[in-house]
Amino acid sequence: MVEHRVVASEVVGSSPIVHPIFFIPERNYMFPNDNLNREKLESIQSQRLKELVRRVYHLVPFYKEKMDKMGIKPTDINHISQIKYLPFTTKQDLRDNYPFGLLTCSMDNIIRIHSSSGTTGKPTVVAYTKEDMGIWREVMGRVLKMADVGPGDIVHNVYGYGLFTGGLGFHDGAEEVGAAVVPSSGGFTKRQLLLMKDFGATIITGTPSFVLHLAEAAKDEGYDIQKDFRLRAGFFGAEPASAGLKKTIADVWGIGYHEVYGLSEIIGPGVSAGCREGRLHVFEDHFYPEIINTDTGEVLPEGEEGEIVFTTLTKQALPILRYRTKDISSLNYLPCKCGRTIVSMESVKGRADDMLIVNGVNVFPSQVEHVLTKVEGLTPNYVIVVEKKGALDKLEVWVEVDERTFEGGIGALEVLKQKLESEMLNDLYINAKIKLVEPKTLERSMGKAKRILDKREMEGK
Amino acid sequence: MSLRNAYAVKQLSIFLENRKGRLFAVTDTLKNANVNIRALAMAESAEFGILRLVVDNPEKAKSTLSANGFTVKEQDLFAVEVEDEPGSFSRVVEALSNADINIDYTYAFVGNSHKAVLVFRVADEHLEKAMIELKNNGIILVEPGFFYS
Repeated sequence: MVEHRVVASEVVGSSPIVHPIFFIPERNYMFPNDNLNREKLESIQSQRLKELVRRVYHLVPFYKEKMDKMGIKPTDINHISQIKYLPFTTKQDLRDNYPFGLLTCSMDNIIRIHSSSGTTGKPTVVAYTKEDMGIWREVMGRVLKMADVGPGDIVHNVYGYGLFTGGLGFHDGAEEVGAAVVPSSGGFTKRQLLLMKDFGATIITGTPSFVLHLAEAAKDEGYDIQKDFRLRAGFFGAEPASAGLKKTIADVWGIGYHEVYGLSEIIGPGVSAGCREGRLHVFEDHFYPEIINTDTGEVLPEGEEGEIVFTTLTKQALPILRYRTKDISSLNYLPCKCGRTIVSMESVKGRADDMLIVNGVNVFPSQVEHVLTKVEGLTPNYVIVVEKKGALDKLEVWVEVDERTFEGGIGALEVLKQKLESEMLNDLYINAKIKLVEPKTLERSMGKAKRILDKREMEGK
Repeated sequence: MSLRNAYAVKQLSIFLENRKGRLFAVTDTLKNANVNIRALAMAESAEFGILRLVVDNPEKAKSTLSANGFTVKEQDLFAVEVEDEPGSFSRVVEALSNADINIDYTYAFVGNSHKAVLVFRVADEHLEKAMIELKNNGIILVEPGFFYS
């Protein structure tokens, strides 16, 4: 069955391609769990939570120990409203149990392993059973259905493929809904544009900064964006984007902007996604969200801003209770005009800790410090400066030159600078520019303790 | 006694960012410490520079600059005095070249009564050898007392 989406013209600005021989299916396809009534949804969630708690208690020593310490028995938990009695899980817990300490099953049942960057060279690991991959495919399909992506669509996926969950997550989702996916990954701007034009991509998926960069490159290359490309919608995530940036991207490409939120610890992309009303719907039948006070851990009422935490209700290999995301958000349970009844979350404004996201890559100051200390003789007094250069994030590390690194010659300093830059690329996968500065500069401008100067404009929502 | 002990001239190298006012910060600090600059050269890259100074009181200059937050490196140079006429500089360079000694950098200034003073920086392990070669070629090494007060 071939779907076609005439409805898209209402939101995207570019005209859809009409093939009259295809019949027009129901508008705005909805996955069954997306518009259940609250009572039915809670009953599903409660059932899933009950099973989850029993499973982790008996299969993961880490959770048994935590629950025993708190005096909670698995049989105490029978309703989703009791989730607040369960222990939290932090990124540190994942690191402490690196690589496979929190798995509920043996490697025989694992069919995929992803990993995200860590702060001190120790990454976090996420593993998926076949069932987990099914859940991921399903939610990614539900993400893409926010723009009625389906057969006939060509999804140009510029997320990086590899250990990062973005590339393969969107790839699987596009296959799930029957679209044709072009796994182009990042880089190679000119070739990307050529393929997008020649193949007639209708959907683009990638980081906001890279997709904006593509638009700027298209202009430089002499493309007429509205005429040469057939994009009607885009799915964007992995880094924060201001309301202004979202609008710029939507306008320049003439597409509907759909935000996608996720964390590899929970599943990857596909925890929540923006509908055409712009609300970020959480697939709460799989990932149950709560907002807590980040200091006290107390659950906050609907609408209040705080740290968002997720419980994976259905995941098999690596189920997680109440994961502390450090992301600041709030929840809205009002049914949406798009027809969905599942809860929506506010776009994430910031992080509760100091992790930086640079062109979609996670960067922690401690990782930068690690590279600096590796280079002999360098006192790591430094500041990380991030700003926008065109569409892309530009990262500079300002490093103080002191008596030990300074031999009196220009050449040695140039070598040091190059060495640091190549180490940053090797270790952190980021193009950082090293700027050598005088010792007192950093103290003067911002005080020693402050390691990050984020100059990117985040004008909020 | 080695020639190095007799003839090595102290040079201070100061790391500077390419920003307005940084050079003045150095010269102002030296002025306030009543340090006289006898010779100078500036090396620059795209983002930073190195100011090289021979001063009348290297110890005092270094401690004052360090105390004011500058990164300072002290190194040994040698200086020669030549006739202020065509071919003099070439004669010195030729002697070093024949001895297979690489010059890191050099700078010069006009001295008294038709003389010019040239300063040279070579790798530390070649310094003694360079001085011997120059002496053997009849080139006059300048004593550090010429610069210091």
